[in-house]
Amino acid sequence: MKSLILTTAALALTASMGLADTVRLGTEGAYPPYNFLNDNGEVDGFERELGDELCKRAELTCEWVTNDWDSIIPNLTSGNYDAIIAGMSITAEREELVDFTQGYTQPSPSAYAGMSEGIDLKTAVIAAQASTIQSAHVASTGATLVEFPTPDETVAAVKSGEVDAVLSDKDFLVPIVAETDLMFLEEVRLGGGIGMAFRESDDELRGKFDAAIASMKEDGSLNDMLDKWEIEGKF
Amino acid sequence: MGQGSPCPISFPLPQLLHQLRTQGKRLTIFSYCSDPSVLEGLKWLSCYLTTGKHMGFYVSFGTVLLLLAITAPTALAFGFGAAMLSRARFAPVSWIGKGYIAAVRGVPDIAFFLFFVIALDQGIEWLLHQARCPDWAEPIRQGNDFVVCDIAKMPLSTSPQWIHETYGFALAVLTFAIVFGAFAGNVLYGAMGSVPRAQIETAEAYGMTHRQAFWRVLVPQMWVYALPGLSNLWMVLIKATPLLFLLGVEDIVYWARELGGSKMARFTDYPHGDWRMWYFLVLLIFYLAFTRVSEVVLARITTKLSHGQATVGGEAQRKAA
Repeated sequence: MKSLILTTAALALTASMGLADTVRLGTEGAYPPYNFLNDNGEVDGFERELGDELCKRAELTCEWVTNDWDSIIPNLTSGNYDAIIAGMSITAEREELVDFTQGYTQPSPSAYAGMSEGIDLKTAVIAAQASTIQSAHVASTGATLVEFPTPDETVAAVKSGEVDAVLSDKDFLVPIVAETDLMFLEEVRLGGGIGMAFRESDDELRGKFDAAIASMKEDGSLNDMLDKWEIEGKF
Repeated sequence: MGQGSPCPISFPLPQLLHQLRTQGKRLTIFSYCSDPSVLEGLKWLSCYLTTGKHMGFYVSFGTVLLLLAITAPTALAFGFGAAMLSRARFAPVSWIGKGYIAAVRGVPDIAFFLFFVIALDQGIEWLLHQARCPDWAEPIRQGNDFVVCDIAKMPLSTSPQWIHETYGFALAVLTFAIVFGAFAGNVLYGAMGSVPRAQIETAEAYGMTHRQAFWRVLVPQMWVYALPGLSNLWMVLIKATPLLFLLGVEDIVYWARELGGSKMARFTDYPHGDWRMWYFLVLLIFYLAFTRVSEVVLARITTKLSHGQATVGGEAQRKAA
């Protein structure tokens, strides 16, 4: 009974905190430069900046939420947050579950990276993050796929010798190749660019963000942002 | 079942965490931390270990301890209720207790944690939806989507993040309590049956009612039989807390993995390689120390409870005296 009163009080309190539309944006927070946690533990990166700008243009109040990659779509459809903005490429399989805005990056190249040259990517052991376009691609090439829950673990597996190479978005690997012993082996083009994902029943909200992305493409501010975070491809 | 309902809506931990996280400026404890790239050795380390992100790590230890502090007594209450129901002389009531114990013990923990939490969350929202939006025309299930009206969301999407985290934490406590309550129920049911029958008969010979004999004779004596099983459960519960992350609560294992992963100079002031081993070493020490303390405490409780009991431990104490 006591808890019921407390809950009601908490609800009353939160209901009175203003009727401004709050949109909860779900992201992974482990995929630089798209999204990561900075030293203060806040969500940071290209998508943080982009999301904040989009919310400003759409006149919405936004709140950032981090969620495990594996359950990021189920938690959207069950309503724990209202949009996914997590470096998620637009694919036909995902379109069956959620609806995407137009892409805010060009279809970006994915790249293999390993510790040495001359790895036969058709037969090697390749690491990729689970449930990504890259893991689907590795499975289709006949190479041995080893999946990891986070992007960081895929790179750690190459360094420890557990796998021969990693396949990931090139933009994610560029700073890693620049700062460590890893080297690029080969590029492949996968996916249809990165977009924000919404519940299929949420067309109105998707429309608002879609319009905001279009306006950022028009005035060139999206290109500036892509430049700043060194992400390939322009509009 | 249904003894006590955990809903620690007012505890300040998530709020604190949120404040730590939403500080806009660089959060530094020491003044010399403004440019960590020129620092070395201990000074660098002291800055590194006091970043906002590390504060999240430290707070998560509190989250885990708080979860244990709330879950253990709640699970024990659930278990006690289940054991009492199972002993009921009216068969349908005992089926409820036995059914609960059997069903939860039979389902794999991870399936239970994934399924039950989503079902519970959606169940609550469905009830709120029925109560608050009776005029809603659209279906709640639209393809893959679970859509309830805005004011039936739990918590409301306008609520600050710490309320969402508290709600997630409360769901976690309830789920843990239900799972571990079933195991505790089985242990307590067995312990109640282990108290020598002669004790109850004596109590009844003194004119005690069934209820009086239960509370005054059986319950005080059963703990010594329950303790080995309960201490096992406690140890398992301590180590099961990483399941918290499945429920969306950022626990110590999540933070250890996040902080230990290699960091590039472009995205942090403190670049480093793969340090997960060191972070997991810290967790190892934490868990070892914690289970060691638990063992010592449990051993003391056993000694105390064995006093004057017709058990091996009690007999040994009698002879030593």
